[in-house]
Amino acid sequence: MLSIGLSMLGLSRFQFAMTTVFHFFFVPFSIGLAFIVAIMETVYVIKKDDTYKDMAKFWGKIFLYSFAVGVVTGIIQEFQFGMNWSDYSRFMGDIFGAPLAIEALAAFFLESTFIGLWMFTWDRFNKGIHCLFIWLTAFGSTLSALWILAANSFMQNPVGYAMNAAQHKVEMTSFSAVIMNRQLWNEFPHVIFGAFLTAAFVVAGCSAWRLLKKDHEHFYRKSMKVSLIIGLIACMGSVWSGDTQTRYLINNQPMKFAAMEGIYKNSTNKGDWSAAQGIKNHQKTWSIEIPYVLNILGHHSLNGTFKGQEQVNKELKAKYNKNGETRNYYVPTRTLFWSFRIMAISAGLFGLVAIVGLWFNRMKSQSIMRQRWFLYLMGLMVWLPFIVNTCGWFVTEFGRYPWVVYGLLTIADAVSPTSTVASLLFTNIVYFLIFASLGAVMIILSHRVLKQGPDSVTTDGYSSKTEESSKVDPYEMGAAHND
Amino acid sequence: MTNLQLLWFLLIGVLFSGFFFLEGFDFGIGMAVRFFAKNRDERDVVIQTIGPHWDGNEVWLITAGGAMFASFPMWYASLFSGYYIMLFLILVALIFRGVSFEFRANMQTDTWRNFWEWASTIGSFCAAFLFGMMFVSMIQGMPIDANGNIFGGFTDYVNWFSIVGGVAVSLLCFIHGLNFLRLKTSGELRDRAQKWSKVLYPVLLAGEVVFVVLLYLTTDFFAKKPVSTWSILIALVIFTLAAWWGAQAKHDWASFIASGLSLISVVVLIFNGLFPRVMIANNSAHSILIKNASSSPYTLHLMTILTFTILPIVLIYFIWSYWVFYKRLKSPRTVEQ
Repeated sequence: MLSIGLSMLGLSRFQFAMTTVFHFFFVPFSIGLAFIVAIMETVYVIKKDDTYKDMAKFWGKIFLYSFAVGVVTGIIQEFQFGMNWSDYSRFMGDIFGAPLAIEALAAFFLESTFIGLWMFTWDRFNKGIHCLFIWLTAFGSTLSALWILAANSFMQNPVGYAMNAAQHKVEMTSFSAVIMNRQLWNEFPHVIFGAFLTAAFVVAGCSAWRLLKKDHEHFYRKSMKVSLIIGLIACMGSVWSGDTQTRYLINNQPMKFAAMEGIYKNSTNKGDWSAAQGIKNHQKTWSIEIPYVLNILGHHSLNGTFKGQEQVNKELKAKYNKNGETRNYYVPTRTLFWSFRIMAISAGLFGLVAIVGLWFNRMKSQSIMRQRWFLYLMGLMVWLPFIVNTCGWFVTEFGRYPWVVYGLLTIADAVSPTSTVASLLFTNIVYFLIFASLGAVMIILSHRVLKQGPDSVTTDGYSSKTEESSKVDPYEMGAAHND
Repeated sequence: MTNLQLLWFLLIGVLFSGFFFLEGFDFGIGMAVRFFAKNRDERDVVIQTIGPHWDGNEVWLITAGGAMFASFPMWYASLFSGYYIMLFLILVALIFRGVSFEFRANMQTDTWRNFWEWASTIGSFCAAFLFGMMFVSMIQGMPIDANGNIFGGFTDYVNWFSIVGGVAVSLLCFIHGLNFLRLKTSGELRDRAQKWSKVLYPVLLAGEVVFVVLLYLTTDFFAKKPVSTWSILIALVIFTLAAWWGAQAKHDWASFIASGLSLISVVVLIFNGLFPRVMIANNSAHSILIKNASSSPYTLHLMTILTFTILPIVLIYFIWSYWVFYKRLKSPRTVEQ
């Protein structure tokens, strides 16, 4: 059933996964970093401490790269629904198109306009107004997450619709139901906390690398402090929202939950929880189990049971298979099981590192400079949030297999009938090469910004001009010759 | 066809008009980076003119695409899947030119700076060219089946008319970009942009004549709507002449507005010719019609309320952001004096 080979469906799925995963490296990073930069600039406005201004400018530079890559890969997202999944678009347009259009109208215009203003007007507006620009950018990017997740939530948990069987499509009957979808209000906080966490640990990790080189101690220690505070709050928020979301699945998408926890036969009241297990043919071959943990995690109680995959499959077959269809409803268990564990373990690690980091980094103490192992650890953890974010989407999206819209439309029925293996192979290869190069350039440029250090922003007044001309606001220069 | 369906057909046209007016000069500026600017300092200034704006301008495309998805899912699905490779190439072009501005500024060697400058120029040209090709091949009629799927061959997409359309649109964008430069720079750059557009306008006019002939030969526009088609074409030529006059008379604003309006007249021409269809099929029974392609009345109603609430606010700050950067940039040579 899982035809990932060189089939039209497999290549289309691979393309969607690849473009989305790559795009989502930059989305949470940009959203989170926008807020971190906004907070830094706000502290500057309130405290009038120039270090915070430099911090906002410096991390803002990296934000701009991420934003640019996020924008250009985002257009692919919008186009590929029509390009690769035209039957999905026909089926879902009535509901899916609306949040997408509102996202562009209400969110993209806001963030793109105000990021342009923010970039080029450091010396032209008073501090408070200029700070407002980055807040509006951050607000816009959060809003965009809300709208696109509203669309995604419908795919996970369709609400507020009616089936138009004659034309084989769904029609919206209640916009408020689509927006108040419980799935959305589980997903959205989790994504936003994840975004804060991503940016916070990248900023903290990059600062750690520079501290290892004893570079601009004051600057990077303050950056680390701000980001770790945000990171700690975000980590707690992620765990809390992750917990609500997971427990919501127990009734709503029981197969996804059973796969995440690796439950095959219905669980007993003992609540054995698999810390690790071997998985083959929808059975576990071995496992390390801890009693009661499953009940504590799933039910917040010592007692209770959960349905296993076998039973859920039977129920789903009875519910959805018509006229002797034999379709099974198993999901890629191994991916879900391990992705979920990577998320959970990382959450613990993030929390721990944030607390210990904040302790070492007390402003009166020098201990952070002596704990080199800890700085190394933090430096390496720069990459972890991106892995964790990807795992999160693996759980969410693989977990609704074989559906593209849960209970309504299968992935196989969603793909464009006009696609061909040859064209998909070509586009997959080109996308892959482009993404690999963009990712590489991103890393090189961010690394370069870090090496140039905060001095670069204090001298060049932050613009993308060459060194000579950038010392003066180019628009002010032009003003003299305005006619 | 209901009023709401008609309204949304018009709104999609308005959004694409906004896109071509704004992104049109972005594409032109992108091309000017290597085709027009002579040295690195000039390129700095040229890029700087759209620095704060290009991203917001591109949102018009995203909004047009999203609005099409929301209001006419059948149109969106057919068009986007049917033009798979062409849209893919457009996306590649948009990716390269989109990141080029930010990346170029931070390259340390000339080789890499050149690379990203060419990425901007070629990307902008290809995007404009392919958009022109796409819309022009679309109005000639495509092999569409009963389910709205396009199974086109190479010549359905690439033919004389679509190539002429691509050239015309990219030339129009280039001149529109030069006109924007005349508005945003002073000194040498502004003078040269004016000189260039004086020379390019006769070429464009010749191109427009060829375009009209091919339009007559390959589409049903003149047969179905002779009056409106001729009126729009005459408007297109008048705008072109007005922009040319603006170049002669050193009237920067007139040229810029006129070249923007010529781009908009191309969009209007296409939408007028499409009506009441959204996709034209070779077999006219398979043409996709406005009345069959749209979302439910509920969604259209909802989108109408939201659009007319949000769009005015967007327009206010969007225009304000241009006003903030209204000042001219100086040409690098005058800096040295």
